[in-house]
Formats: sequence, C-alpha cells, structure tokens
Amino acid sequence: MFLQFFFGYCALMIVASGILAISLRNPVHCVLMVLVLFFHMAGLYLTLNAEFLAAVQIIVYAGAILVLYLFVLFLVSLREELHVDAFVPGAWLGRIIAAGLAVGMIAVIPAFSLGERGTWTIDAIRELTHTKALGQELYSTYLLPFEIAGLILLVALIGGLVLARREEGGGAIEGTSDAQPGSQPKEVGP
Amino acid sequence: MIPLSWYMALAVILFCIGVCGFLTRRNVIVMFLSIELMLNGVNLNLVALSHFLDSVRGQAFTFFIITVAAAEAAIGLGIAITLYRSRRSVHVDTINHLKG
Repeated sequence: MFLQFFFGYCALMIVASGILAISLRNPVHCVLMVLVLFFHMAGLYLTLNAEFLAAVQIIVYAGAILVLYLFVLFLVSLREELHVDAFVPGAWLGRIIAAGLAVGMIAVIPAFSLGERGTWTIDAIRELTHTKALGQELYSTYLLPFEIAGLILLVALIGGLVLARREEGGGAIEGTSDAQPGSQPKEVGP
Repeated sequence: MIPLSWYMALAVILFCIGVCGFLTRRNVIVMFLSIELMLNGVNLNLVALSHFLDSVRGQAFTFFIITVAAAEAAIGLGIAITLYRSRRSVHVDTINHLKG
C-alpha cells in the first residue's frame, strides 16, 4: 500500500513538473522543474529495486547534465534567447500530436505481454547487491557497448572542445583569408 | 506490488510531454530539455521492464542511454553557445531569425 502511494506521489510530481517544465516562460524555471522531475524519477527507480541507477540518475542527470544546462543558460543572456522555428505550425497542433501519440500508445499497453524471464531474480540481485550484479553484467556481456559508450564520451569531449574554440579558429581563418588576397596581388604584381 | 502497466503508462505520458515540448517550444535549450524528458521516459520503461523480466539488460541499456544523453547535452549546448555567439556578432543580418 505504501509503495502504491509512493508511486502515485512520484507519478503526480513527475507529470506536474514535466508539464510545468515545458510550459514555463523562464528557461531557468524550466531547468529547475526538470531537476524536481529527475529526483522523483530516482524515487521511482528505488521502487524498482534499481538503487544504483537511482544514484546515477541523481549524480549524472541532476548533478552534471542539469548544471551544464544552467551554465549555458547563464552564458546565453536571457534577454535574447536562442529561438528556432517550431517544427509544426501553431502550438495547438503540436499538443494535439502529442496527445494523440499518448492516447495511441496507452491504448496498446493492455496488449503487451511479457517475454521470457531472465536469470537475475530479485533474490539473486539482493544476494550480490545491485551494483555488483550490474557491474558483472556490464563488464562481461556488454563489454563492447561499454567501450563504444566510452568512445562516444570521448567524441563528445573533443566535439565540445572544438565547438568552444571555433571563434578563435574562425577568426584566425578569416585573418589568413584576409591576408591571402593581400598577398596574392603582391605575387601577381611583380 | 505495482503493476507493470502503471510504469508503462507513466513512461508514455512522460515521453509525450517531451514530444509536446519539442514541438511547441522554440527556445533551443528548452527543446534540448524536452529531449531529456523523452529519454527519461524511455529509461523508465527500460528499468521497469528489466525489473519485471528478472533481467539487468534494460538497466545496462539505461546506462548507455544516460551516456548518450550526456554526450548529446554537451554537444548540443556547445552548438547553442556557438549559435549564440555568431548571431550576436552578426545579429543585424539575421534579425529575422528572432522574430516571433
């Protein structure tokens, strides 16, 4: 009974803060609402016996990714926000598309049936502790995807560095391109 | 015990909130946040299924999704800052991008 109340509370907070996060005007408030959402998501992971993932959710999502968003929001001044054209004309069309998607997907949930069960029952995970079980699986069965994930992080690191340096690099390229037309007539002249 | 369908319904609602935000908002950073909401909906689905199927496969996938989300946030926000810099420097030419 307590579990169901806890689930109801977390679900209510997740839906409410999610809707607030996409409807508030100030982007900083949006990010803070998503922070609330991530904390309740970690609570839901606890009800699913995934305590290591709950910790990762708080540390990585709430601690690293959202702080990155906040830094960017403070770098990009709030007065002139970055706007792009919306993908659909009119806000109501987007809402209708999303609501239709939700209704369609919820309608097919009762038709879902579980496949065959794996070997990691709750007792087996409790015996090993969740972190150890996940680590064993991650470093043996999913070793190649794990390495690829590391490579993706490396690409993101290099990409972030390149993007952050682009202005100086672009200035240098413009400087050389300015210098080249100046040097070409000199070569042509004599 | 909480039935699996509750988790899946919540994941669907969260995903569709993300879709709605991505389609209706025009602020680039809030659009990235909507993508995070969608990824979180998928994560919730994966963790719930991994719990109900007695397997840790879904949780391993959740790790990789978190990794990709972190990489996507870093690259996307880097692009946003670069866009902001270039628009601020030449904003007279591209002022039509800011109109409503």
